[in-house]
Amino acid sequence: MTTVSEETIQAAGAELVIVKGGSGRPLLIFHDEMGYTGWMTWNEELALDRTLLIPLQPGFGKTPRLNWVRTYRDLAGYYSQVVRELKLEPLEAVGFSAGGFIAAEMLAADPKIFRRLVLVAPMGIKPAQGEILDFFPLSVRAHLRATVADPEGTPEFGKIYGGEMTPAQFEAFEDARAETSRLGWEPYMHNPSLPHLLRGIGTPTLLVWGSKDQVVPRGCIEAYQKALGAAQVVEIPGAGHRPEIERPLEFVKAVSKFLAG
Amino acid sequence: MLIGYFTERPYRSVPEEEVFKNRSFFGLSNRFFDPVKGSEDYRYYIEEYKYAEELGFDLVALNEHHGNPFCLGSVMNVEAAVLAYATKKVRIVLIGNPLPVLKHPLRMAEELAEIDLISQGRLVTGWVRGAGSEQFFNNANPAYNRELFNEAHDFIIQAWTRPGPFRYEGEHFHYRHVNPWALPYQKPHPPIWIPGILSPETVRWCAEHRYPYIGLGTELGPTCDLWDIYADEAVKYGYQAGTENFGYLLPTVVAETDEKAHALAQNFIFGGGQNAFALPEYAMPAGYNSKTAIRMLAKQPTGSWLGVSGDNLQRLTKEEQRGGVDYSEVKKKLDAGLRRIEGRLQLVAGSPKTVLEKVKVILSVLRPGVFIMFNVQGPASNEQRMGNMRMFAREVMPALREYGREIGLLDAFQKEPGSTRLAAGAARGAVNDREPLYELGLYRRPEQRPQA
Repeated sequence: MTTVSEETIQAAGAELVIVKGGSGRPLLIFHDEMGYTGWMTWNEELALDRTLLIPLQPGFGKTPRLNWVRTYRDLAGYYSQVVRELKLEPLEAVGFSAGGFIAAEMLAADPKIFRRLVLVAPMGIKPAQGEILDFFPLSVRAHLRATVADPEGTPEFGKIYGGEMTPAQFEAFEDARAETSRLGWEPYMHNPSLPHLLRGIGTPTLLVWGSKDQVVPRGCIEAYQKALGAAQVVEIPGAGHRPEIERPLEFVKAVSKFLAG
Repeated sequence: MLIGYFTERPYRSVPEEEVFKNRSFFGLSNRFFDPVKGSEDYRYYIEEYKYAEELGFDLVALNEHHGNPFCLGSVMNVEAAVLAYATKKVRIVLIGNPLPVLKHPLRMAEELAEIDLISQGRLVTGWVRGAGSEQFFNNANPAYNRELFNEAHDFIIQAWTRPGPFRYEGEHFHYRHVNPWALPYQKPHPPIWIPGILSPETVRWCAEHRYPYIGLGTELGPTCDLWDIYADEAVKYGYQAGTENFGYLLPTVVAETDEKAHALAQNFIFGGGQNAFALPEYAMPAGYNSKTAIRMLAKQPTGSWLGVSGDNLQRLTKEEQRGGVDYSEVKKKLDAGLRRIEGRLQLVAGSPKTVLEKVKVILSVLRPGVFIMFNVQGPASNEQRMGNMRMFAREVMPALREYGREIGLLDAFQKEPGSTRLAAGAARGAVNDREPLYELGLYRRPEQRPQA
């Protein structure tokens, strides 16, 4: 089992908590809008030859909120400063859902920041067809269930969310929801200018999408493909919005292959 | 003491079963709206408020909700403007405009100034943060709700009192030319009263600004606690809070007999009543609650509305999917709930004698300078609604006024809120009296409460 640590660093003028694990070249991970879920199979597998760096989003409980950050673009700007300060660029990164939105904004602002980028069911661009699920008027339970195609058949979903919810978990969810609302309430979880700013960027990008995703429609993937021009797409049949826990081995295989390329 | 009249102005032709099926009023499809019936209701409620004036109420109160048959006042200022011209002497009290969801405080300053001018200075304006569902309806970011509220309020006061043109560039609002031509009739601006449902943050804010706080039918014991929070905060600002700082709104039904009144009060649970205003997930949008409130909620026993417990995940969803609810059972439960609320004096229904006795208890406990009668919800007829008002006005109100005088309930017009200075370090006086609640078994004495 990989040793996973949690460090608080001073970066870009603020305090940032980063979860770190594995060995090898750094791989930056942007967790989704519900927060870091803990170290799962996919983390373990990718950490065999990479050092996973998982910043915990400001305002999500552990890292203090940055009052000046009002949009995903602001947040991307902050993370880019962190990457520059830590002299990590160019590096590889994986962004999940709203974390994909953050990574895409970073790429749009600085095409050289990433050597390779994986966007898993990314939000950020208004889908050509369909809609990004509006999870704000859903109970956390309904929202969480919508993130996987088969909650009962996904062992790691039970591992993350099973058991009685503790007051600390309740508070963490509310922190995550509140911060996501601050950044993504309007326009809802996308930025109309993002596709225009991604135009012509040649950074190799992989788009991963589960065929049963109820949160981010296939239209988002198509919109990213159109904006980026030459992105690769891996569709994982039967998975929902979280292929990394629903089909961890297929997910790891696709990501490792792409990163090695 | 002022005695006021309030109604939510329900849309009375909404099919109850559809509300049950939707499990709330908010979100019910507007395909159930009939413009002819809606028009009749809007016109009737204007007449009803005029009737309140005729019956001798001192004020008429309006509120605002969006996308909800529970309350037709989706643009309350329109109704207030009509009343400003259609009435002669009642004060028009707005409880209140949901500032964060309206997004345009300069426009609000202008609208309210017009209402105050048309009414020749009878406007009492109030602000609210807006129910959770209003944030969704208006696409107003709930995470900035409190910031938007505070900034909009501060801006409106400036727009009314600072000679223009001036430039305003704030955190959330930006106006480079502030110079509303029509300024309020009342100087420096219309009185401001703030309604609420037990938010300590709001109460502290009211105390800071010396704004009277109007409790909206909240449970009496916790309302007393809230009054104390207000009064303690007032001490910090160097004044003694008094009856002029408080008001209370109460669902009130008067009929010839207790039985008849109870039958009419059933309208308060039509469609599920207040509890069915909106689904919980609409009531508590992300970021809407303060950190303190979230921590309090987090300590609730498991099985709260979130219910993310692993074992319960599947069961709850399956029950929801099964559907097939027996509405007669639902109604029985609602009636039991109504009786519990009556037992706690959060709703008073009965003969004039019963109502008078109970409201006197409430006045003695809360000592509000303003008492507002809240007429029934549901599909009650014009005659039933006016009968309730008439009986209250003729057979309860005179004795209440007398009682108010007897126990010294001064309102915010008789005595300026915040005008009783308190020297630094001086102990404050009481603003409520919990003794009757203890005697009635409606609140536990502090030493009998379980330790938190």
